[in-house]
Amino acid sequence: MRIGKLMTMVGVVCGAAGLAWANGDGQPTAGQAMFTANNVWMMVATLLVFIMNLGFAAVETGLTRAKNCVNILFKNTIIPSIGVLTFAWIGFGLMYPGEHWLAGQWLGFKGLGLSLPAGGATSAYQPGMTYWTDFLFQAMFAATSATIISGAVAERVKLAGFLIFSSIYVAFVYPLAGSWTWGGGWLGDRHFHDFAGSTLVHSVGGWGALAGVLVLGPRIGRYINGKIKPVMGHSLPLATLGVFMLWLGWFGFNGGSVLSADPGAVSRVLVTTNLSACVAMLASTAVSWAIQKKPDLTMILNGCLAGLVAITAGADCVSPGGSVAIGAVAGALVVVAVFGFDRLRLDDPVGALSVHLVNGIWGTLAVGLFGTVPEYTLGTQFLGVLSYGAFCFLSAWLIFRLIEMTLGIRVSADEELRGLDIGEHGQEAYGGFQIFSNQ
Amino acid sequence: MKLIVAFVQPERLNSVKQALYEREIYKISVTNALGCGQQKGYHESYRGADIEVNLLKKVRLEIAVNESFVQPCVEAIIKGARTGNIGDGKIFIMELVECIRIRTGETGGDAIG
Repeated sequence: MRIGKLMTMVGVVCGAAGLAWANGDGQPTAGQAMFTANNVWMMVATLLVFIMNLGFAAVETGLTRAKNCVNILFKNTIIPSIGVLTFAWIGFGLMYPGEHWLAGQWLGFKGLGLSLPAGGATSAYQPGMTYWTDFLFQAMFAATSATIISGAVAERVKLAGFLIFSSIYVAFVYPLAGSWTWGGGWLGDRHFHDFAGSTLVHSVGGWGALAGVLVLGPRIGRYINGKIKPVMGHSLPLATLGVFMLWLGWFGFNGGSVLSADPGAVSRVLVTTNLSACVAMLASTAVSWAIQKKPDLTMILNGCLAGLVAITAGADCVSPGGSVAIGAVAGALVVVAVFGFDRLRLDDPVGALSVHLVNGIWGTLAVGLFGTVPEYTLGTQFLGVLSYGAFCFLSAWLIFRLIEMTLGIRVSADEELRGLDIGEHGQEAYGGFQIFSNQ
Repeated sequence: MKLIVAFVQPERLNSVKQALYEREIYKISVTNALGCGQQKGYHESYRGADIEVNLLKKVRLEIAVNESFVQPCVEAIIKGARTGNIGDGKIFIMELVECIRIRTGETGGDAIG
């Protein structure tokens, strides 16, 4: 009975959908079928980008200590929801202003909230997806960008301060910066090319992370008497799981950035994306093995992500050979950068700066070096990197400083030693297990 | 020879170790311990319900020392562990009858040093 009822309902829904866009004889046209196929792929890609948030949560939890586990998970759970909500409220309008530019091509605003434009659910809106899919896909990107920062400031940032920072950053800074390129702004006009967001998503997050790390300072016990002391993550299985989850999600992140299911373009992007990640893992293994004498799993995990970040800007316009070159440099660069940031006493628990900032920059510049499109010059790519760096770093630094001066941005030393799980949440991640709480 | 056993707050372990190192005391055993003293406990919450955690996490240090190191060792533990709050911990000192190093068969003060 129930199954019969369900079938009837499915039939009614399908019938209604069919009626809505069938031609005269009740059959969908080839164009409509194509649009449906495109839109389905874009929704799948959206879901893949969504699951990257779980990947970030797992990586960041795995690479930090058990006593801060609840806090990291809490941040990674709430950030996607803040990201999506603020993007629906204001971000989408800021990032894709259409014709509504307010100040040159620097700042535009289409309006608050979501409302379906005329023809928004048909191919008249975009050949590859509906207005709704467009919004959700872009909202997932915004959420991803905000999540990058949480790892870099982990184990010492106050929860309330961090939430305020993230809300402001993802609601205003991310979409405003994004509009310069993807929204048809001044950098897009100059042929600055960032296919899926090496700069617009990863570096934007990375610059925010750098500002946070600078304002917060290192964790207690990280740099003692001029020596660098490692603080070990508490679950490398969890970190590995997270990296695979991110890798999987990246197929949607880059593959979806084609903005349709164009068979040639999407499959090519998946190939370049994957080649870069694979080569970057080998390169980071080699460099880590050479420098540290033994291959360090966490470096290889960072290496995979570095390769993915770096190929993101040029996945649609480099050859397979070019993607291998980009990945090779990314894998080496990430390991060197981890050591470099430590030398500079910039304490980044999960390597977010090395992965997202350094390789976001590298990937963006690499478009000028390996891209097959002559308009994408190294000079413009460099201009883009500089503009985003200046704008994002300064605004992030300002927001962090303002929060520091009002609410306070860092937990007390006592709380930091005891762990943020008890201090911020009054909870433990591993109830009933005995953990070494002196770490 | 004395055996010094101390219970301290887990988060103070690092500074205790540093204070011991400064006094050239390098040999130490550390175990996780649960215990209840004057501090009594603290509250956690789980899904809206309040939990009183009665047995607190502590670390237990065991240090075997020759007579001349007893005082420096006690000073170091106090220096590293003391915050002035309830729950800083306790130090117990007891006579040690014998000590044997397994690898060499040395006994007494030689085995400790």
